[in-house]
Amino acid sequence: MKSTRSDSLGPALDSAAEPPAPETGSQEAGGQPAIGRPQQPSDGQPTQQQAGQPQAGQSDAGQAEGGQAEGGQAEAGQAEGALAALAAHYGLRPSAQRPTIGTYLSELGRRWNFIMGFATARNVAMYTEAKLGQLWQVLAPLLNAGVYFLIFGVIISSVSRAVPDFLAFLVTGVFVFSFTQRTFISTSKVITDSLPLIRALKFPRASLPLAYVMIELQQMLLSMAVLVVLVLIEGEPLTWHWLLAVPALALLTLFNAGIGMFAARTGARVNDFAQLLPFLMRTWLYLSGVIYSIQQFVVLHSQNYGWATTLLQLNPAAIFISLVRDALLASQRASAFGTKPFDAAKCYAWAGAQRPPNASPSEWSAAFNQVHHRPPLPRHHPLSQYGSAYCHPTLISSHLWLFGAGWAVAALLLGFLFFWRKEVFYGRG
Amino acid sequence: MARTADGADSATLPAEVAEGVTEPTVIVDDLHVVYRVYGKGGDRGTASTALFRMLRRKTRPAIREVHAIRGMSFVAYRGDAIGIIGRNGSGKSTLLRAIAGLLPPEHGTVYTICDASLLGVNAALMEDLSGERNVVLGCLAMGMTKTEIKDKYAEIVDFSGVGEFINLAMKTYSSGMGSRLRFAIAAAKDYEILLIDEALATGDAEFRVKSHARIDELRNRAGTVFLVAHDLEEVEDTCNRVIWLDRGKIVEQGEDVIGIIDRYIDASGGEKVARDPVTRKRISAPELD
Repeated sequence: MKSTRSDSLGPALDSAAEPPAPETGSQEAGGQPAIGRPQQPSDGQPTQQQAGQPQAGQSDAGQAEGGQAEGGQAEAGQAEGALAALAAHYGLRPSAQRPTIGTYLSELGRRWNFIMGFATARNVAMYTEAKLGQLWQVLAPLLNAGVYFLIFGVIISSVSRAVPDFLAFLVTGVFVFSFTQRTFISTSKVITDSLPLIRALKFPRASLPLAYVMIELQQMLLSMAVLVVLVLIEGEPLTWHWLLAVPALALLTLFNAGIGMFAARTGARVNDFAQLLPFLMRTWLYLSGVIYSIQQFVVLHSQNYGWATTLLQLNPAAIFISLVRDALLASQRASAFGTKPFDAAKCYAWAGAQRPPNASPSEWSAAFNQVHHRPPLPRHHPLSQYGSAYCHPTLISSHLWLFGAGWAVAALLLGFLFFWRKEVFYGRG
Repeated sequence: MARTADGADSATLPAEVAEGVTEPTVIVDDLHVVYRVYGKGGDRGTASTALFRMLRRKTRPAIREVHAIRGMSFVAYRGDAIGIIGRNGSGKSTLLRAIAGLLPPEHGTVYTICDASLLGVNAALMEDLSGERNVVLGCLAMGMTKTEIKDKYAEIVDFSGVGEFINLAMKTYSSGMGSRLRFAIAAAKDYEILLIDEALATGDAEFRVKSHARIDELRNRAGTVFLVAHDLEEVEDTCNRVIWLDRGKIVEQGEDVIGIIDRYIDASGGEKVARDPVTRKRISAPELD
């Protein structure tokens, strides 16, 4: 079995342009198992010597060495599999063996201090060059939100019209989504970035993507602090509902840990993944209702694109964003789908108000026209802002927790298994 | 003559083992290691070549395999100090990494009695951070617990001789200071199987003496030591066995340290070492120790 394995390896050996022929030859001739061959290849030896150093005196020694080697080979030949048996006898274990899931998890647990230490250290190191230093951790999300507000709140203001309390709505979405986005992008490079570390020290490799998730978590918590200040200034009431943001963000962190491990392995195997990822993430951003209301979109288009709007609602990013928005923003709680008992008339009254002012009837779905002949409600009528609470599409707000937890658990489990399977291969690069 | 010693320690003989005199700690069984390198060879890596490649439906030819270790077997025992010598690119560092389980074997297996560790934490440290933070980070990376770190911290800082600079970012250190601190961190842990990759003797003369002493100490406490060094005298002084590698294969191995080193020097075209005919010790050592 050993020799067949090494035979099958033969052709794969060499793109490095060295003829493997003499080796295989000697092996077949002597009928030696693979184990004896490598120690002192009788044919390979003189060749190397000649190539290496042309002095005349040397080849003698080389020959003598070769002769002795053959004796040694016979010896080793008897002992095929002896090394493995010896290892088994003394309880030695393969050094590059994937640990079982249980051992791996307990190893990870023991390395938790390292994971956190590594995360903090990187976070500190990231901003040491900047004059404003750590302040950038707060400034960066603020600027980010500012840019989005400028574009979608002020310049393309039609987006913001339908959403009550648009600034808070937008900033929450941006902060929550950028946690996922940054995690995904940074973990896709973590193995390549840390190759020297991987090749120097042994530790469960999942520590690395998890440390990166922790870095982004710290970053996100800071931006959440900014957010809280922002919405308080905006006049948002401080209620017990806010506590719900904690489990929501905890679930999101688990979800991100899962996709982080997925991205880490994928990025390690496929270098082009890291190049592609920003585009994927931007697409995901626009599909997740960060800058517009998915609710509004769902009601406007569910007649024609039922399956698409369902997918849109099941999108994990959209779910986590909605959970955090519902926790922090009173306007969101009041307007979330399904927070009031179903009432078709009120729901359609709301939907009608969302109709773009210059939309032609053909663009507007027939169902709404049937229910809603009257002219649209004025923009500041309570129903036109909060009537969505009476609508019950595929996913209503009480389902969100269930789906959020489902996504978190599924991502974490699958991501972990996916990463763990290649544990020993990350050092190869 | 090298063979007598070698025959005994190649130790594929069960009889030898059955006596139970020595206990194997590392067994390398027909090891092959292959690196895959991207973006080398023929392809200039421009957009147009990539496009042509795609048009011709070729999978990326730029992946080149480097067969760094091509079949090695040996056994190391408790108490062994094994020097690994060979030219650049002969696979010395790769062999150490494979023993430590950091690189997956393409074929064959490395068995170890417990985790083998490379001496060195350079890769875990961050230049932007203070020495203090780096001490903690490095120790965590080596798998030490918080209490262990607390116990060792003063000793590490003291040994490194960095002094009050410990509060400054490591990038402000002189290269000597940096390497002293790195060494001090790495040497803070005890190892059962210790792999040293030319990390020795850094810094000024005084620190070199200190670090040599520390390595000797580690070596004495460790069960088995592998030492990769270009300084052959170092190998000669401290190792009881030598493995000579060339292009990923073992050229010669055995307990005749001096003989193998001399043949290696001959083979690489170096200057012959003058030896006392009786003791076979070097006659004129170039350095004081």
